[in-house]
Amino acid sequence: MIKLINLVLLTIFLFSSKAYSLIEIDITRGNLDPLPIAVSPLFQDDNSKKNSINELKIENIGSEISLVVENNLKISGLFNPLNKEAFLQRPDIAHLKPRFEDWALIKAQALITGKVTIEDKKLKVEFRLWDILAGREMMALAFTTVPSNWRRVGHIISDKVYERLTGEKGYFDTRIIYVSEEGPKTARVKKLAIMDQDGFNTKYLTLGNELVLTPRFNPTSQMVTYLSYFKNLPRVYLLDIETGTQEVVGDFPGMTFAPRFSPDGKKIIMSFAKDGNSDIYTMDLENRIVERITNHPSIDTSPSYSPDNKYITFNSDRSGFQQIYVMKSDGSNVKRISFGKGLYGTPVWSPRGDLIAFTKLHKGKFYIGVMRTDGSGERLLTENYYQEAPSWSPNGRVLIFYRETKSNDKGEGFSAKLWSIDLTGYNEREVQTKTDASDPSWSSLLSN
Amino acid sequence: MNFSKSFRNTFLVILLSLIVSACATKKTTTKVEGQMQGDVYTGTDTVKYLADGVPDRVFFATNESILTTKSRDTLRKQANWLRANSSINVVVEGHADERGTREYNLALGERRANAAKDYLITYGISADRISVISYGKERPVDSGSNPLSWSKNRRSVTVKAN
Repeated sequence: MIKLINLVLLTIFLFSSKAYSLIEIDITRGNLDPLPIAVSPLFQDDNSKKNSINELKIENIGSEISLVVENNLKISGLFNPLNKEAFLQRPDIAHLKPRFEDWALIKAQALITGKVTIEDKKLKVEFRLWDILAGREMMALAFTTVPSNWRRVGHIISDKVYERLTGEKGYFDTRIIYVSEEGPKTARVKKLAIMDQDGFNTKYLTLGNELVLTPRFNPTSQMVTYLSYFKNLPRVYLLDIETGTQEVVGDFPGMTFAPRFSPDGKKIIMSFAKDGNSDIYTMDLENRIVERITNHPSIDTSPSYSPDNKYITFNSDRSGFQQIYVMKSDGSNVKRISFGKGLYGTPVWSPRGDLIAFTKLHKGKFYIGVMRTDGSGERLLTENYYQEAPSWSPNGRVLIFYRETKSNDKGEGFSAKLWSIDLTGYNEREVQTKTDASDPSWSSLLSN
Repeated sequence: MNFSKSFRNTFLVILLSLIVSACATKKTTTKVEGQMQGDVYTGTDTVKYLADGVPDRVFFATNESILTTKSRDTLRKQANWLRANSSINVVVEGHADERGTREYNLALGERRANAAKDYLITYGISADRISVISYGKERPVDSGSNPLSWSKNRRSVTVKAN
């Protein structure tokens, strides 16, 4: 797995103050007019090209990194990366000092330039973000890392640009853990898989010998919790994706499922089913103490903590049907918050704390939506034949979920795919995966 | 239905026959289409047999874990068979259809498997001969996306464990 520490932030040239810049993006609204941005290929000298071929089997790593950046900015829906063929200025010259008129001519409002060197098995990247309208530099950063980390460099540049222009943290240097699916519906083979947020570097973490479901990242470390049917005993497991070690969570005499970490990463919250009744429990990962949080003869499942660890939202059918509830994290003060028509499931608290995302089933259609934590302001973002299980981007601006298509009577035509949508309800797009996929969970930012 | 739900777990055994007869009455008033009564599967396409005349599975209405008259009849046959074959242990597998969220369906499958297990216990089968496992919506027998397919998948299946 990728070493997280070997990426060193080397120099910060300059952070010019925001007040001077003319460009700024408001991400609280649907962005129908994405910012035109020119991503110049990062310049690389001939010596580095040779080293790049030796180290990575890639000749022009500068271009490749700029493509990573361009793609990220494009899929965010907030930027419109301009066609490189229209660029008038050479990458090396532009990086020193752009001729702003040339870039204004092709309608760019922002410009990213940079330079890459590979020497002594080290990849050095510097980049600058320019405000074309104001005719000035907005930021400049440099990184040193191992050459194999080059895609991550592209993601970090994307995050820095996103943050500089929107005022909020990005979500590009992140990974998605999900369940890879293959085979017919009646004998589906499921494996845990992990990939970069943009669909690259897919790795499989299990072999498909046993059914695995609902992996979720620990927001504070490279740990994952998930449900495995290992030895035909459905139990919640904990997996360290750096070392590959895994263990059963707790010693429960029955099925444990629907696991999720607390935002501080110290607990796992999950359901335990016994004698036809599912209740919510937590286990402290340090002292292994198990606590029962709900005690009710209905199904209580899909628990998710608020980011301050003080509240829990969960799914219960105590009213007769699946609805969403909020309670204090000790299980007291249970309140139903979903009152719209239909059934509600899979509540997930936003990392920003202000919203709960959910799945809704109404009149045979499935919706992904959000509501405030008191249940007010329900907003349905997307409707489809089947979709569920939203997971938040770490900045709370994008939701990733999975969607299934309808089969015909022979079971043909079925697929399961990952999709993402902005909180605004705009920018809905399929997230590319190598196989069919479900149960996505978004990691925190790998670097800050 | 809401009334019966809230009592299900606490008074399951005592109230079972009452509730089920109440529901069955209600269901017969709804449309019977082919192999379904209400939305409970009544056909035999997918049914296997533990022994001659002993069906291995029972079917449920959407979001329900209440045993129908026919299901109770099937489970009594299973209980008789288990009594006659006292060395055999079973696993009751609970399943849901694909039209529900994954985690809720895991819980629902577990509830259905336990409804069947509890009925077997009322008919004298020792609890330690019966284990349960829920597969939620993960193991459909019919891969279609239509009401009949879904009704076949909402089931609990009694499987020999040894």
